[in-house]
Amino acid sequence: MAVQAQEGLAPAKPVFWNDPRFRALIYQVLVLGGVIAFGAYLVNNTIANMEARGISSGFGFLTKTAGFDIGQTLIEYNAESPYWRAMVVSIINTLMVSAFGILLATVLGFLLGVARLSHNWLISRLAAVYIEVVRNLPLLLQIFFWYFAVLRSVPGPRQSLNAWDAFFLNNRGLYMPRPLFESGFSLVVIGFLAGVVGSFVLARWAKKRQMATGEQFPVFKATLGLVFGLPLLAFLVTGLPLSWEYAELKGFNFAGGMRIQPEFVAMLIALSMYTAAFIGEIVRAGILAVSHGQTEASYALGLRPGLTLRLVVIPQALRVIVPPLTSQYLNLTKNSSLGAAIAYPEIVLVFAGTVLMQTGQAVEIIGLTMAFYLTVSLLISLFMNWYNKKIALVER
Amino acid sequence: MADTTQDYTPGSHPDLPPPSSEVGVIGWLRHNLFATPLDWALTILAVYLIYVLVVPALDWMLFSADWAGETRDDCSREGACWVFARVWSKVFIYGRYPVEELWRVNLTFIIQFAGLAALMIPGVPYKKWTGIFLLIPYPVIAFFLLYGGAFGLEPVETSLWGGLMVTLVIAEVGIVASLPIGIVLALGRRSKMPIIRAICVAFIELWRGVPLITVLFMASVMFPLFMPEGVNFDKLLRALIGVAMFSAAYMAEVVRGGLQAIPKGQYEAAQALGLSYPKVMAFIVLPQALKLVIPGIVNTFIGLFKDTTLVLIIGLFDLLGVVQLAATNPDWLGFAVEGYVVAAVGFWVFCFAMSRYSMYMERKLETGHKR
Repeated sequence: MAVQAQEGLAPAKPVFWNDPRFRALIYQVLVLGGVIAFGAYLVNNTIANMEARGISSGFGFLTKTAGFDIGQTLIEYNAESPYWRAMVVSIINTLMVSAFGILLATVLGFLLGVARLSHNWLISRLAAVYIEVVRNLPLLLQIFFWYFAVLRSVPGPRQSLNAWDAFFLNNRGLYMPRPLFESGFSLVVIGFLAGVVGSFVLARWAKKRQMATGEQFPVFKATLGLVFGLPLLAFLVTGLPLSWEYAELKGFNFAGGMRIQPEFVAMLIALSMYTAAFIGEIVRAGILAVSHGQTEASYALGLRPGLTLRLVVIPQALRVIVPPLTSQYLNLTKNSSLGAAIAYPEIVLVFAGTVLMQTGQAVEIIGLTMAFYLTVSLLISLFMNWYNKKIALVER
Repeated sequence: MADTTQDYTPGSHPDLPPPSSEVGVIGWLRHNLFATPLDWALTILAVYLIYVLVVPALDWMLFSADWAGETRDDCSREGACWVFARVWSKVFIYGRYPVEELWRVNLTFIIQFAGLAALMIPGVPYKKWTGIFLLIPYPVIAFFLLYGGAFGLEPVETSLWGGLMVTLVIAEVGIVASLPIGIVLALGRRSKMPIIRAICVAFIELWRGVPLITVLFMASVMFPLFMPEGVNFDKLLRALIGVAMFSAAYMAEVVRGGLQAIPKGQYEAAQALGLSYPKVMAFIVLPQALKLVIPGIVNTFIGLFKDTTLVLIIGLFDLLGVVQLAATNPDWLGFAVEGYVVAAVGFWVFCFAMSRYSMYMERKLETGHKR
């Protein structure tokens, strides 16, 4: 009876406005329409405003003469150069402080993470205090401290702080000896490159052999020998083709040598110290994430502590460390934009500051600046994803 | 073969106490500071670092510092001169807010801190109503108290605002705005509707990929272009919108992490009970997901609080901005470090308190089985 009644009914077809697919479509059309309408409204206003204020549009300004100087230029640049060149110079400055900052922050961060886990009570306390203090202070405050309170208040050139008559620190910056490469030095570079390539080949061969026969090869020592030994040999053979030009006090200022701007030094110190505090916590969490049983099992297999650390703990800890480390690297790169506050000539100061002031083309300039940072973010995360995939756990 | 068993009458060999080198202060020192030669070296290094860095800093800040006085001449310059901080303290907290109107700022923040305390201290009743009060009527009250222009209150232009007050206003507006926007974005990013998902992903990744400074620059130079002619946009409001958008994107990613951690069975069970999508989210998924990501949310808040300093680059004066202003005042040149210490203490206290409170909440909300 009941069965018959059910058979008699046609499958209930929902009214079309109760159909989830139809609803989803409507929602999406509404949202998309709203977004497009809002965007169109903004674009419309912007065009009207730009016409009213007589602001030209387009990227034609990039080829016009910039007419200003930049304090730190790694490629050739002067006031007659076009705007696009100013942009390239400032991008190089941004990338340079980021790259050095990432390097320093990683080293310092790993040291801090390990120190925080140290059995030595004093060392672990010191690391903890450092991390808690530095992490909870705004980066801009730290940059100001290093720049205005420390580097700007060191004495003038005549009373420079002097280390071994080679390094001088004064309020104009840090002076270092400049390397002068003579003919034949290229052989040293070639030796270094050959060493790097050679050690890669060697490592592959050694791994293959170990997989096949079980015999080990001292890859680490051989790599050291290749990477440092080959250039050293080339250096000696070609008759030491390198000399140093020292900075000297001439009159009121230093001449010669290599000058590093105080802005760069302040940015580097502040960025790397700040990021290192975060990296320290990441490293600590990563090491703690490897269960103690792994270490014990490895000891039970007869591996010595050093090998246990290198072959068992670190590879597993890295899996936990790498993803958050990536976002710290990204943060550091983005934070390098704070250089604008102390006039370090990076892209925000030069491009979104000076060039914007001169041309008034806000939309194009802010757009280009954002596009640059988006590209860098994308590249760093692509690289780190690749690396992460390489070290990720292979589930079998 | 000799008998190797020993006679042992109970009590003839009393239990010895552990050697004095293993217990007490000496034992602790031996285990924690001087266990191995490397430990010796590290301890000596640490003591040296403390001696070189911490001792002079403490001496400068406390023991050699000048506390009393009214003018610059009262500073002996042997240590820190806290006279500087005292003279400028009003500016550090309120900026150039008119002196006779300061009670309005004080009242605003007293109401707020009382409300927050009632929310945060367990055992205080009416938490729900306090929360609703803080979220809905309070912002309106705070706006009229701070900005004025109604109820007989003098309007105070935002260009006169400054100091800690601006820092708190920006951070709080950012926090209050970013959480709901972030939740909506996170839900959108997990949605099955491709267009909505694409819009949310684009929005989140755009803001997360650029530094806050460019966002603030955009807010200060491009927002005026976006508005129809004649509409004038307050500078502080522009910064607030920029900060809220920026932190909402970060919040969305944090919330998404929590949403992903909720097992599918929870969604399915809720749907099987016949709950609609908003109910599934509001009653089943979000309470669990948000609890999971409390540390992440608070970290975002802390980051936002620290990032408020960046507004000084677009010409607003937050705590760091007024400190910088005071340090470059011709009458008070050379007191930058004192100013930075004051700002550092101010920021540190708020950030550290937030992180401790989040740890406490995490423990309190922990309902799982911790091993």
